[in-house]
Amino acid sequence: VIELTRRYRFPAAHVLAHPRLSDAENRRIYGKCAHPAGHGHDYGVEVTVRGEVDPETGSLIPHAVLDDLVATRVVARFGHRLLNADPLFAEDVPTAENIARAIYRELEAPVAAAGSASLARVRVTETRKNSFVYGETS
Amino acid sequence: LVRVTRAIEFSTSLRYALPGLSEAENRARFGERSRQHGHNYRLEVTVRGPLDPMTGMVVDLKDIEAVLDREVMARFDHRDLNADTAYFEKAPPTPENFARVIREILVDALPAGVALDRIRLQSDADTWVDVIEPAGTP
Repeated sequence: VIELTRRYRFPAAHVLAHPRLSDAENRRIYGKCAHPAGHGHDYGVEVTVRGEVDPETGSLIPHAVLDDLVATRVVARFGHRLLNADPLFAEDVPTAENIARAIYRELEAPVAAAGSASLARVRVTETRKNSFVYGETS
Repeated sequence: LVRVTRAIEFSTSLRYALPGLSEAENRARFGERSRQHGHNYRLEVTVRGPLDPMTGMVVDLKDIEAVLDREVMARFDHRDLNADTAYFEKAPPTPENFARVIREILVDALPAGVALDRIRLQSDADTWVDVIEPAGTP
């Protein structure tokens, strides 16, 4: 099995609060992360693809193609934004778990369409003390 | 079964270019990577094997280090992948191809009692390739 991982970054703000819960409920579940004015992180996103190396390019996926996909579908979409305002998080609280899953779902089809590799997993690092993986383990 | 990882770092120059193609063709196919450049590679080699009950070790790390010195450092450190090795005459030295070359070199070169489990070749802080061996003996 061969896998390629590239790491990307974007800064974003979020509020951990479900829109259908009361402030008191959100405060109970999410603590200081529910502060209504928001807070932010420098998110890291590690995108891992696996599959066959294309003999023509020598790559699982052309790196420029992967970079472009992540730049448009992740970094431009989420970078320097309030994540709660994104329709992807209208129903889902923008926890790092949900961010990892949302990014996986955004990238899965275009990565598969780009060549011989498929998306294996997305790791989101929220701070230097925590990270979250959605997808297959290696 | 225990897994043990040892890392080395080396610096190497390279370009994505096939000897059979003209400069213009290499430039068209591989873009800026067709120019000579270099990377600080980090290689993590993970081996697996049974724990020796007497020594409390899977393998003497000095023996792993000796293999990595002989097979990887001597071949690649402060060398040029295109001019000084014969591995990239038909395929460009992408991280995927370079990782597969190192995997082929190491898989039969390890000390007795351990098998290769995986390697991770990091070509910069944000790019790495894992080559993972199937589960099995030892």
